[in-house]
Amino acid sequence: MIDILTEYNVLGAFVETLKYTVLAAIGSLVIGTLVAVMRVSPIGVLRGLGTFYVTTIRNTPLTLLMVLSILGLAFIVGLQLSEDFNANTFRWAVVMLSVYHAAFVAEALRSGVNTVPTGQAEAARSIGLTFGQSLREVILPQAFRGAIAPLGSTLIALTKNTTVAQVIGGSEAAGLLSTIVENEGSSYGAFLIIALGFVILTLPTGIAFTHLSERLAVRR
Amino acid sequence: MITRRRLAALSACAALAVGLAACGGSDSSTGDSASGAGLKVGIKFDQPGLGLKQGSEYKGLDVDVATYVAGKLGTPADKITWVQAPSAQRESLIETGQVDFIVATYSITDARKEKVSFAGPYLIAGQDLLVRADEAAITGPEALAGKKLCSVKGSTSAQKVKDQNPGVNLQEFATYSECMAALTSRAVDALTTDDTILAGYAAQEQYKGKVKVVGKTFSQERYGIGLKKGNVDLCTKITDAINSMIKDGDWQKAVDANLGPAGYKPGAGNPPTPDACS
Amino acid sequence: MSAQAVLFDAPGPRARARHRILTVLGALLVLAVAFVVVRKMNDAGQLDSALWTPFLTDPAVWSEYLLLGLWATVKAAVFSIALAGAFGLLFGTGRLSHNAAVRWACGVIVEFFRAVPVLIMMLFLGFGVYPTIDAIPDSQVPLVAVVTALTLYNGSVVAELVRAGVRNLPKGQGEAGLSIGLTRGQTLRLVQLPQALRHMLPALIGQFVVALKDSALGYAILYQELLTWGKTLGSAYSNTVPAYLVVALMFILLNVGLTHLAMAVDRRMSRRLGDQGAAGPLATGPEPELEVLHAAPPPGRTQP
Repeated sequence: MIDILTEYNVLGAFVETLKYTVLAAIGSLVIGTLVAVMRVSPIGVLRGLGTFYVTTIRNTPLTLLMVLSILGLAFIVGLQLSEDFNANTFRWAVVMLSVYHAAFVAEALRSGVNTVPTGQAEAARSIGLTFGQSLREVILPQAFRGAIAPLGSTLIALTKNTTVAQVIGGSEAAGLLSTIVENEGSSYGAFLIIALGFVILTLPTGIAFTHLSERLAVRR
Repeated sequence: MITRRRLAALSACAALAVGLAACGGSDSSTGDSASGAGLKVGIKFDQPGLGLKQGSEYKGLDVDVATYVAGKLGTPADKITWVQAPSAQRESLIETGQVDFIVATYSITDARKEKVSFAGPYLIAGQDLLVRADEAAITGPEALAGKKLCSVKGSTSAQKVKDQNPGVNLQEFATYSECMAALTSRAVDALTTDDTILAGYAAQEQYKGKVKVVGKTFSQERYGIGLKKGNVDLCTKITDAINSMIKDGDWQKAVDANLGPAGYKPGAGNPPTPDACS
Repeated sequence: MSAQAVLFDAPGPRARARHRILTVLGALLVLAVAFVVVRKMNDAGQLDSALWTPFLTDPAVWSEYLLLGLWATVKAAVFSIALAGAFGLLFGTGRLSHNAAVRWACGVIVEFFRAVPVLIMMLFLGFGVYPTIDAIPDSQVPLVAVVTALTLYNGSVVAELVRAGVRNLPKGQGEAGLSIGLTRGQTLRLVQLPQALRHMLPALIGQFVVALKDSALGYAILYQELLTWGKTLGSAYSNTVPAYLVVALMFILLNVGLTHLAMAVDRRMSRRLGDQGAAGPLATGPEPELEVLHAAPPPGRTQP
């Protein structure tokens, strides 16, 4: 077990995992908010698109989305994000992690919107705010605070789901694991190290978000 | 309401019970190699020309070798249970006894010998390149600079190419089939792995005339039959079977039938002389 | 009450005109994207009829590959969700216990299994633990490992659902139970859990979708489910991209079917018991999603 730590760059792989997590967390928050807004917007086509997005993305295994992003979008449609395959893989993996988890972020936000009492929206409209203004100033700030717990769950899931990037050649923790297994045969020490690494990454996130959701809850 | 819930719970239990019964029932054969009741053999299910599930049948060179060896061990073809053996799981399958032996493009290496024993080699392959039929520039590994290459994540081939050509642009996937799709859609210029695997793809109906194997190997992969570590008895029997397969011409027939359509000729050292068992 | 009625006023003539223009633009954009994708796929030879016709003309595509995979996927998901429900009930109520030791032990277990990637658990059980247990026949090791890993993970999520569901009930429910002389255990079992479970049901079936998709990770320990069979199919027929697209469609249809089932169940129960969600969640649009049907969704809901 020790020789795995000295022979392979385990720390480097987890730094990569962390990079995927942070970038995709930002990406999924942005896309997810957009989709959530689309789903409650006054324009029918946007609502339909938002619903379509959530339905397709949420119901497809991430593995498939990953492979289809490189094979389909990058190679067949020609949307290369870099001429260099390493950079291309990294960027597409971040994009697909963002796109996939955005569907869950959008749903979390919708549930957050649900915790906002109807009176808030009615009050916003009655003082003359437009749809955009009332969302921005009144509804979303409360919705985010109400959605902290499910957002935390999504972040934990995102951290763990970065392992899927290995199917398109991502060099994060699970990618390293497959290299170790190829060279050394299946080794339980390697599994244990990787599992432990994830526990170290995700446990604090879980605790922090539980704490946050209690502190930031909107008192009613 | 209550009765409805009870019913749901009951049906869930029933489903579980049926499942468990099925679990118990399906293991009537112990699959022990000595008993002659049948053999569990690990092969690839998705490697054209070597081990491929085609409809309800299994085809390829590895399948033919395994069938011949099983025959010599006293097990007819219809008593063989084929088990899917992806690269990463081969040692575990053998160590845990889920298979009796594995014939699945399994290179004999010192690291693997620490966990399993090998009979063979039954074939000597080498790392090679597969390119589109109209490709003229890529004539060997030295012409790869600035080219786009595809291989499987974590595989020995991928690691070797990266070490030898630091500047190469390498895309890694989970399977070679995905690389084939990338190659034919012109997104990558070449695919690298063992020449046998490449020839297997090139021989497929869909790819005939569209791709070609470069034919300049730059490594030696000695394919062996993996079995439980230290089982000298089984190893000796399998080695004898390989020898007789080569001697009576079935080996050549199997190579020609499975990889011949791609113009594959076994490289230097073939047919090989199996190592002694220890 | 729908989002449309609450979040914005009924559009006037100018807003309506603007919406019409945006609608047309949106539709055009979608069509343009679809056109480009189809053309590029055609250029890359991915629309060759030889790649697609096997799905229609060759029954072996279904009987020897995809249906085998579908069955394996559904089987793993059904077992896991049934067991995850039991696991979740046990540990969820454990976390509500008045005994601090029990509460802590259950908390540690639940938090641990939520933290470890399902894939890593499967590898551990499928290659490390189960093959050494004689009671499990070799041929069933992958299934049992997949089911266990999915049970531990989804069960932990369900445990959180149970805990949050009971906590979110009005305090009066528990107090009423105690005041008529029920013990704490009886109050939980007879008063609080039945109500919490009804609230959880949609999220529970939502978790089924997660289990169904996650069974795809079983490929790593040789559990041959839909995705694995799709890969094998792609190799045999040299049509990897079409095979993946068909598999994706199968997953989507299966999960959408499940989601609709969940909504139907929820509607039925709402009618039967009288819905207290009448106060009107904001975002319950024309097509309500499972988790947003209730005014106060419990935290830690369905996880991807």
